Amino acid sequence: MNEAMALTIGLPLLGALAATVWPRRSRCIGILTLLGSGASVTWLFALVMRHGEAWQALGGWQTGLSIALHADALSSLMLMLTALVALAVSVYAIRYFRAQPDTSRFWPLWLLLVAALNGLFLSADLFNLYVTLELLGLSAVALTALGGKRESIRAALRYLLVGLLGSMGYLAGVAILYAAFGTLDMRQVGAQIGVDPASEMALLLMTAGLLLKTALFPLHFWLPAAHSNAPAPVSAALSALVVKAGFYLVLRLWSEVFPQAISAPGAMLIGALGCAAILWGSWQALQAQRLKLLAAYSTVAQLGYLFVGLMLLQLTPAGPQRELVFGAVILMALTHGFAKSSLFLAIGVVQQHAGHDRIAQLDGTAQRLPATTFAIALAGVALIGLPPSGAFLGKWQLLSASLAHGQWLLVLVMGIGSLLAAAYVFRVLGHAFGNAAFASRPVNVASEEWPALALGMFATLVLGLGSGWLWTFIEVAA
Amino acid sequence: MFDTSILYGLLGIVLAGLGLHAAILQRDVLRRILAINILGVGVFLVFIANAYKGPDAAADAVPHALVLTGIVVAVAATALALALLRALNAHQEDADRE
Repeated sequence: MNEAMALTIGLPLLGALAATVWPRRSRCIGILTLLGSGASVTWLFALVMRHGEAWQALGGWQTGLSIALHADALSSLMLMLTALVALAVSVYAIRYFRAQPDTSRFWPLWLLLVAALNGLFLSADLFNLYVTLELLGLSAVALTALGGKRESIRAALRYLLVGLLGSMGYLAGVAILYAAFGTLDMRQVGAQIGVDPASEMALLLMTAGLLLKTALFPLHFWLPAAHSNAPAPVSAALSALVVKAGFYLVLRLWSEVFPQAISAPGAMLIGALGCAAILWGSWQALQAQRLKLLAAYSTVAQLGYLFVGLMLLQLTPAGPQRELVFGAVILMALTHGFAKSSLFLAIGVVQQHAGHDRIAQLDGTAQRLPATTFAIALAGVALIGLPPSGAFLGKWQLLSASLAHGQWLLVLVMGIGSLLAAAYVFRVLGHAFGNAAFASRPVNVASEEWPALALGMFATLVLGLGSGWLWTFIEVAA
Repeated sequence: MFDTSILYGLLGIVLAGLGLHAAILQRDVLRRILAINILGVGVFLVFIANAYKGPDAAADAVPHALVLTGIVVAVAATALALALLRALNAHQEDADRE
């Protein structure tokens, strides 16, 4: 019926193989492959827009035996985020790895990571999701270790062990579901879920495993080290896309497979952990001495908002109100994806030009790297949630939903979180605009700076001004 | 009724529990890698025990296929973990020499 889904997963996978076989051509292969898979994502996006969703049973086997692929509004938006961020990160990576001798190792792993992400967003089969989750984890760990320094290898090893524990939790849940219901298809399992010990045990194991991978406070302990020690393009992908994959899976499982089995205290617990993540992550970001660590802790905080949104989603009964919250959660996830990748790429530029990323010694950055400083500011606007960024509208909807539920504490936490975010963003900008002891000529390197700028623009302007369209799309596809 | 599939299932749960316990509490990385492998074997055993459908019926083939896939993933993950550990130890030896 349509090959868009198979191409979306297959192209980066073939590209990864080709880049392994022809390491010298790997840059060219990488960019071409990502353009190709981006085109097939656009095709799939158009299909979902017209038909509401797309299904495909691989190999023509009947449901239950086959590996089913499924795309709806949520998955096609995540695929679009992946395609755009991956393209921008790749353009920057060509420049970033120019100075390093073994750039050929980056491309196969990077394409494998994109293939795993695309596969994860398209799978409708619980076990296939486990496989893509592991593929994603393994390629992300290998990319983290690419720097080769002792700290990055240590962080990668810890990231791997934590990730394996998380996926084992998920797999144990899948085993229970298969034993109880005899199927791995998400919809068939979702139709049979009830308030019984098997469903609840599976929900608990799978959610706990995925929360470990998504780094929800207090399970975030591995994230700052892994994200801040990876090479800049890899950090961008890890923060923008890889943790989002875990969140996407929690969101999908909670809203489509387990809604019957989730109790109100369970949802409240997730929301409380989300609040703790917002406060703790923002506070740590404010304390950070290095830019990359600041960005990593900011990811911990921003993930908190997503889980607060998940709780509100669980508390809201089905209807137009729920659609609004659902859209807000997706909008927050997308905005953070673009903003955080922009921030990490901009930090990469600063780091390579200044030779370090210590915040206290960044004075004069605005004079030397005006475009990059502007990208940091754009990303900052989206992280704080100022208008016209997408996060502003997302937060607005989350706040009005909290008020509708009488959750005053949430309003307070989100307010404090935003103020702390403003503080850590302006702390960086304050140093960047500070006077340098001696003025040097401004540097403008287009290929190095425009990926960060474009991503920042997308987070702040496109998602903010075009977000009305996002809700229409979700409604059409629902 | 108590048949061998329940015995294997319980054994799997015990193995998974032991693996989880060691994976969280052990400090030594090699031991943690082994512990995660044992945890994985436990989960696989739960899967496989569930395939048994009685003495007369054929076993369910799906869990076998799933566990085979899982073993491949586990081998790859263990190899990556061991490679990273070796790289870390090599760094450590360099640091000790200096």
